[in-house]
Amino acid sequence: MKVAVITFPGSNCDYDLYKAVQQVGGEATFVWHRERGLADFDVVMLPGGFSYGDYLRAGAIARLSPVMEDVVAFARGGGPVLGVCNGFQILCEAGLLPGALVKNASLRFESRDVRLRVENSETLFTTDYDVGRILRIPIAHGDGNYEADDDTLERLEGEGRVVFRYVDATGAATPEANPNGSLNNIAGIVNEGGNVLGLMPHPERSMEALLGSDDGVGVFTSLMKSLASSTTSGTQ
Amino acid sequence: MVEGSTTPRTNVNDTHPHPRVGDPPVTPELVADHGLSPEEYARVLAVMGREPTFTELGVFSAMWSEHCGYKNSKRLLRLLPTEAPWVIQGPGENAGVIDIGGGYALAFKIESHNHPSAVEPYQGAATGVGGILRDIFTMGARPIAVLDSLRFGDLDSPRVRYLFSGVVAGVGDYGNCVGIPNIGGEVAFDHGYEGNPIVNAMCLGLMKKEDLITASASGVGNTLMAVGARTGRDGIHGATFASEELSQDSDEASRPQVQVGDPFTEKLLLEASLELIASGVITGIQDMGAAGITSSASEMAGRAGNGVEIDMALVPVREPGMTPYEILLSESQERMLVVAEKGREDDVRRILEKWELEAAVIGRVTDDGRFRVLESGTVVADIPALPLTQGCPTYEREGRESDEVTASRAIDLSAHAEPTGDLTDLFLKMLGSPNIASKRWIYHQYDTTVRTATVARPGGDAGVVRIRGTRLAVAATTDCNGRLVYLHPRRGTLAAMAEAARNLVCVGALPTAITNNLNFGNPLKPHIYYQFREAVRAMADACRAFETPVTGGNVSFYNETDGRAIYPTPVVGMVGVVEDVDQITGLAFRNEGDAVVLLGRNTDELGGSEYVYVTAGLVAGEPPDVDLIAERSLQQAVLAMIRTGAITSAHDCSDGGLACALAESALGSGDAPVGVDIEIDDDLPPVAVLFGEAQGRVLVSCPGDRVGEVLAVAEDHGVPARRIGTVGPQGGEVRVRVRGASVSVPVDRLRDVWIGALPGIMDAPQVSEA
Repeated sequence: MKVAVITFPGSNCDYDLYKAVQQVGGEATFVWHRERGLADFDVVMLPGGFSYGDYLRAGAIARLSPVMEDVVAFARGGGPVLGVCNGFQILCEAGLLPGALVKNASLRFESRDVRLRVENSETLFTTDYDVGRILRIPIAHGDGNYEADDDTLERLEGEGRVVFRYVDATGAATPEANPNGSLNNIAGIVNEGGNVLGLMPHPERSMEALLGSDDGVGVFTSLMKSLASSTTSGTQ
Repeated sequence: MVEGSTTPRTNVNDTHPHPRVGDPPVTPELVADHGLSPEEYARVLAVMGREPTFTELGVFSAMWSEHCGYKNSKRLLRLLPTEAPWVIQGPGENAGVIDIGGGYALAFKIESHNHPSAVEPYQGAATGVGGILRDIFTMGARPIAVLDSLRFGDLDSPRVRYLFSGVVAGVGDYGNCVGIPNIGGEVAFDHGYEGNPIVNAMCLGLMKKEDLITASASGVGNTLMAVGARTGRDGIHGATFASEELSQDSDEASRPQVQVGDPFTEKLLLEASLELIASGVITGIQDMGAAGITSSASEMAGRAGNGVEIDMALVPVREPGMTPYEILLSESQERMLVVAEKGREDDVRRILEKWELEAAVIGRVTDDGRFRVLESGTVVADIPALPLTQGCPTYEREGRESDEVTASRAIDLSAHAEPTGDLTDLFLKMLGSPNIASKRWIYHQYDTTVRTATVARPGGDAGVVRIRGTRLAVAATTDCNGRLVYLHPRRGTLAAMAEAARNLVCVGALPTAITNNLNFGNPLKPHIYYQFREAVRAMADACRAFETPVTGGNVSFYNETDGRAIYPTPVVGMVGVVEDVDQITGLAFRNEGDAVVLLGRNTDELGGSEYVYVTAGLVAGEPPDVDLIAERSLQQAVLAMIRTGAITSAHDCSDGGLACALAESALGSGDAPVGVDIEIDDDLPPVAVLFGEAQGRVLVSCPGDRVGEVLAVAEDHGVPARRIGTVGPQGGEVRVRVRGASVSVPVDRLRDVWIGALPGIMDAPQVSEA
């Protein structure tokens, strides 16, 4: 699995994503936002951080970076794209995912472990999880409040495109379990083609029990396996 | 009185700069406005051999300010031990550096931003973090963690709540954006900090030993370059401002002296600087911090024994029309001065351009030992560099204790030791005090897990960061209880050192070195100088006893508003090394049925305690004494217990006493609190056993079958130890029985009080001002 980790000025989780990919046996390469060409890669990842300092609006300037034209083309061609935190914001700004991420309901930065319920285990990114499994993964963001119009929301829910949802210890999507005010407690969604995933929590920070949790490993191993099976079945 | 460290030189070849058009004449009033005494000005005249120009006066004012010149602290600071085999870089550089093994070195330092934060809390705190990060990465180290040590007045004041929320947001936003995890720190609330909050930020950075670079302008003919942000009119004379007392009027009038932070530029500057250092095209680099270009250029020249010549017309500025005086003294953030190898300037530019930053040649290193400033080729300042950076007069002042403190210490607290019976309500009141309550409200605003190395997050005794690719980890803590220092500067400072060391050993780290942030009032007042002197002497003794040398730090004087000083607050930032990351221990009780063992001895002391503050609003009495030898033995005993895997938790016993320490171990992170059942039959007043703050105590838990081993290790080290109870089930009862009194409460209720306290104050709906 050859992964391009796109680095924008102000990205700060690029290194963590890089290490997570390595940990599951993938090959990661940093791609600076002014570079062009992603043809050699199997997967593209957009890391967390504060691209362009979140100035104007989180992700709004990064989506204009030269490399984003290639990311959009890569995604439209069916290539797997993962956006975490600021990466999710950039994917929404670039139109690869519907909706928007606005300021947390608390109006404060929220950093802590949250519980996520896996809602769909058939995406490229979640085959190693069972539906209903509860993951413990950190969030760290100021703008993670997912907003979308009613039609979009209905489609996302109806098509099983809500992949992760904030829940409590019993698995219930309560207001108390929602750290940022997201509609329907949405933490992560995929696009129509199922090849672009954006989520606010950081699976790349949950790779080792030593650091608190290894519940995020499944995202990366799922991708590895999905790619391997698609190559052997010759669907690519 | 005045110590002469450098013989003034006069040089017949001096280029006498002429006053610029529009510069005010140098009058005694102007000199006084620049914070220089008549004696100091006489020293300026001797150094210069003539009258300084307005520009030169500004330069002296900044460099000989308390903030840059350490004039009232330097002599006492010499008492602090600074050497050990593992110290690679002691005081005098941007940051201290120690060898932590495995080929790695740790750079670390703490710095204050008290004055700016009192005036503009968000920017003041944010730029404090920015400054300390730059101090670390200019050593060639990548920042891996920050900690913050904060003090505010009582939270019932709306202004204090405004300062508190602004500072927390400022600390958080800056570190979050740059992507450095916050791993700990401390906060205290007490009316003694009402007008002057304390905002100290500490940073740790990691490097390979061979990557160390220093801030010196070596290599005559090499090129000086300004890199990073442009110079603007913000923060002019910040260093001088930081060297004065505040008043009611400081708010509005001082705002232009506060800088504005841009963490996004900082992140780019961090990456660019590390790339510059790795590329080998530069020989020195320094942050333009306090006193901006003036201090960075003159100090780099001074350290190398060289001179520098810089032209103000070449410095990239934000607005036209800035005078050399303004450019020299601006404290605009996110700027660096680098010394490039001659001929490699374009390499520097290329690296900076990749990170979308500017680099401009502004001067060169000379061999004449002068700090020479030009404006489009015309000399506007010409000062011998060494006397400027090293020749600041230093003073030893008169010191004597104030009657107020003597009286506070003499207050008889025996009436406060009387309560008996069911003290559960009192216990809940203690747990709900902002000083004891959970600090989640704060650290949930800080990114604590970015960089995927944080093994112990905020909320424990110390933060821990692992070193990837090794078994090593580093731990860090900041500590100081200002009340104890106020009541008894020596004991209070020893307590700060002892608590810091206990916090480190409780996570499994060997205390290795410290950085200090000495926050005091106006040193010209004898009672303040007394506090400072006693504190520094005590710190020196404790550093020797614990083998933790001082590798750098910061002195912040003049923390006074309308003549009223803060509690003397010598914050200790201590770092330790963990040999095996798998041995890290937490404060939380882990298993039902584990034995709870108390190391150390309870005493009949309530002086300076949170209990007396919470129940009577008093800061009074004789603070507990500190036995450095006993503390050292305790530290070694705890480390031995952790290394043999005998204990499952360890927690320092300090603020709020034993009852609060027990509660904290039962509550853990608050996610899965457990009960605990304790019985202590000491012949002491019950509140002293429950809430007294005797030093030298650590609370540990272990499996029942290892109690004998734990007690034996304690005995080997001469540490008093006894089993006092048993860990209960999740959601159980926290019950503590002492002779004549008891507390008993379901842990879930305790949790609600403990976790809900700060949000209850800070997030309560405010009455609208319709």
